[in-house]
Order: sequence, then C-alpha cells, then structure tokens
Amino acid sequence: MNAVLAISVAEFRIAFRNRWVAIAIAMMALFSLVLAGAGSAPTGTLGADRLSVTVASLTSLAVYLVPLVALLMSFDAIAGEVERGTLSLMLTYPLGRFEILLGKFIAHLLILSLAVAIGYGLAAAAAIWSDPRASAGFPAMLRLFWTSLLLGGAFVAIGYAISALARRPGAAAGLAIALWLVMIVLYDLGLLAAVVADDGGLFTTAVFPWLLVGNPADAFRLYNLAASEATAAAAGIGAAAHTIPPAHALASILLWPLLGLGMAVLAFRKVIP
Amino acid sequence: MPNLTLSQLTKAFGATCALREVSFDVAPGERIAILGHNGAGKSTLMKIVLGLIPHDSGRVEVLGAAPGDRAARRQVAYLPENVAFHPALTGLEQIRTYLRLRGEPVSAAMGLLERVGLADAARRRIGTYSKGMRQRVGLAQALIGKPRLLVLDEPTSGLDPVSRRDFYTTLDGLAADGASILLSSHALTEVEARTDRIVILSKGVMVANASLDELRLQAALPIQMHVQARAGAVEKVAESLGGTRFNGARVNLTCLPDQKLSRLTQVTALGALVEDVDVIPPSLEDLYTHFSKQVQP
Repeated sequence: MNAVLAISVAEFRIAFRNRWVAIAIAMMALFSLVLAGAGSAPTGTLGADRLSVTVASLTSLAVYLVPLVALLMSFDAIAGEVERGTLSLMLTYPLGRFEILLGKFIAHLLILSLAVAIGYGLAAAAAIWSDPRASAGFPAMLRLFWTSLLLGGAFVAIGYAISALARRPGAAAGLAIALWLVMIVLYDLGLLAAVVADDGGLFTTAVFPWLLVGNPADAFRLYNLAASEATAAAAGIGAAAHTIPPAHALASILLWPLLGLGMAVLAFRKVIP
Repeated sequence: MPNLTLSQLTKAFGATCALREVSFDVAPGERIAILGHNGAGKSTLMKIVLGLIPHDSGRVEVLGAAPGDRAARRQVAYLPENVAFHPALTGLEQIRTYLRLRGEPVSAAMGLLERVGLADAARRRIGTYSKGMRQRVGLAQALIGKPRLLVLDEPTSGLDPVSRRDFYTTLDGLAADGASILLSSHALTEVEARTDRIVILSKGVMVANASLDELRLQAALPIQMHVQARAGAVEKVAESLGGTRFNGARVNLTCLPDQKLSRLTQVTALGALVEDVDVIPPSLEDLYTHFSKQVQP
C-alpha cells in the first residue's frame, strides 16, 4: 500500500506543478458560479428552494464537465510514461501494474474531488446566501457530490484504458475527445433518434432503458434526477427515465469505475515498454 | 548458485532474430560487461532479464525466480539507457518515491544523492538537469536497498571522467558485497579494467564469453612492441630486429603471443643500443573487432 501511496503522492505533485489542479478547480468553479447566477431566474415559478434548483443545473453541467476534466487528466497517464521513457524503469520496481494504476487513480480522484467540492461549494454558498430555505436542498447536493466522483472515477479509469491502448499521448488525447463526444453528446442524440423512429415499439420499452442506464453519464443524470422531482422537468429524456428504477442507475454508476479500472488493467498489461 | 542464468535464450522481433541461443551465468560478486554494436541485442537481453519483454525460448532464471517475478524485482536494480524522469519532480522527490516503492526509508534519499554528487541539486526540478545529472539520478535509484543483481544499460554515458571513475568504484564496492553486475558499454577502455568477464554479442549471437586475458589468448592477435633506440642507434636496431621505423628513434615490431618472449630476448640482446621497450597487448577494441567479425550463419 505504501508503494501505491508513493505513486499517488508523486502523481498529485506532478499534476499540481503542471497546473492541472488549478485548471480543474478553476473550470469547475467558473461554470458552477455561472450556473448559480443563471439558475436564479426560475426559482419563483417552480417553487423549489434555491439549492435544489442549483443542484438541478449542476447535474446537467456535471454530465459534460466532470467526464471532460477526468479524461483530460487521465489520457496521458500511461502514454505519457511510455513517451517519456519512464515506464520501463517503473515496471522493474516490485509493484504490480494494477498498483501503478491505483496510485494514479487515487491522485486523480483527489484532484477531481477538490475541483468538484470547490465548484459545487461556491454554487451552494451562493444559493444559501440568497435563499434561507436552501438547506432543504442539502441531501441532493451531497448526492450530486459523491455521484460526480463516481462519474469522474469512471472516466478517469476509461481514460487510462485509452492511454494504454493508444500508447502515444497525441493519439490518446484524440481518442479521449472522441470518446467524450460519443458517450456524452452523441449517445443521447442517437438514442433519442432511435426512440423517435421506433415510435413506442419494442426498442423503446425493452432495449432503450438498458442502453440509457448502461452509459455512466446517463445513469448519473437519471439517478440525480429521479431523486429530485423539480429537475425532472428540465431533462429532455426525463419521461423515459421514469421507467428506470433509480437503483439500476445507482448500480451503473457504482459499477462503471470498477469496469473502467478493469479495462485499464487489461489494456495496460499489454503495454510493452 | 549463480544470480543470473541464461540458457539457450532466443528472442525474435518478427523476422529479425534479436537473440539466438545465448547462454551464460553471472555468479555473485561478478562484474560482466556486454559489448556489441547498436542492435546487437544488448538492451533486448537486459529487458528480458528484467521481465520487461517476454522471450521466445530458452530459460532465464533471476535469483532463483522467473524474470519480472516480484521476488526477482525486489532484488534487481535497473538503469535504463537514456534514463528519464518526470521533469516536474525534484531529484530528491524522485528518489524518495523510488525508496517508497522499494519499501525503504525515505530518509536515505539525501545520502543516495550525495553518493552520486547531486546533493546541491537535490531540490531542483529534474527538468533543469543536464544529461549527466539525470544519469546520476538513475545511478542513485539503482543503489537503493541492497540489490543482488544490477542491470546497467550504458551506465556511464553522459558522465565526465571523474564521475565515471567514482561510479566504477561504487560498483566495485557492491560487487565486493556479493552483488552481480551486468552492464553494457561503448567505452571499451573503462570496461577493460573494471569487469571480470566480457560477453560479446554480434547480431544476437554470443561470440565471446571470457575474461579479457582468456579472450586475448583465444583471439591470438598480434602483440605490438615499441623499441626506443639510443640516439643514432635506430639504424642498427632496425637492422637486427626488422620491423618498421617510427619517428626516427623508434622501431615498431609485431609478433604473435607465443613469439613474445623470444622477441624480447632479441631486444634485450641489443643491450645499450636500446633505451626502452613497451609491450602493447591487443586492446579490447582489437579483440572486439576480431570477435564481432566472426562469420555469422
């Protein structure tokens, strides 16, 4: 375990010196504050407390931003070591490849949790400052926080798998962006198009819910939306989401980080320095 | 029991044979130099010993374990060719990380850096280091713990002559404590004096595996003799010994090893005509050229 922590400490230090910690925090803080400001308008009409509304806005933000930050931090993890020529020496030390990945994972997840905590914290502070009823939204905010970490963890791990498969940082960066586009942006559009074309057929009732819950980003959105009725209205796929039990969505976001790490380990095992 | 055993080791990359049936042992305390042109298979052999790449056939045993086995990795140190580190870390941070990875106390970091002459730069980022300084960080990490086998790929490249000497002195100390050392080098002259045995690889085939003296005997290359004549006597010396005149005061002779003593007798017989004589055995460069030229299948 000492070895894993040694990797984490070095990795965190490198990310800190390379300004990645600052960049991740700044991105999350900036977007959260913008949303907190923009989200203030509909409060009165919905009748929900300010923090719950903020959580709803943050949920749709986090679906895009958390995977992006996670992939940006992780795509270089293995490809970068291969390119710098640092991997071969590391692999002669008495620790397993899984331990190397785990060490990096802990560091990257820590950075992500810092960024998310500061970002959401600022938004929450703004909500509480302007609405005394806002404390009602605390459980939703807390749920958003830890599910964001699971979502980020899933994409950090997937980023490692990409990094190991690509073996070159440039290729890994391209793959990471492509994956983000497909899984976060195009996936929902594709599903929506399929549902429309299917017109309530077998696909919509039997296949679509599984496809939706199978994507960690959608599962994350579903789980957070299901818990908060105020936000269901805001989501395009909200109606379909009602057919999926929140427990399935939760299982998906719990499983994805493990699945991602599994894929990363398999891909990393094949890397010859 | 040898610390490292290679038996019929064979490795091919696609159609090119990187190593063909290479067999040798390294005993505890032994220092072995692997010589060979670029692409002769030195780095490949080292990476197989470290378990970084798999081999096709043959047997490799590292300290009684399979190469790359955790038990083996605990006791094997490696210095890669052109060693690299993350530029954002300082030398001290990097060595501390390596100490933790080996389960050694981090307090040893500064001492290790002092040993390789990097104490002053310890708190600077490795990104600001010169190639020689990075090489010394690499040496420092190879000295962590008590490795029983050190695999060093071109360890002295980028080091100045004084650092090289210090480095070999360190190796002597490790070998005296029973560590086996397997190193590759292009600097043949330094290997000559500082290793017990020399393995020459040529296109993946081991063409020599013996001590320098044994290699000289096997190769039976001509020995050079430089006979310095007294002033004005060079004509006479050249006349009686044969050979070629050089610089107007010296006669250069070549002879085979078994003729050495009889030639020397002839030289001493000239008495006062000769001021001095140097006997120059074939250098490692000569031996290396001789062995690596041997016919390949």
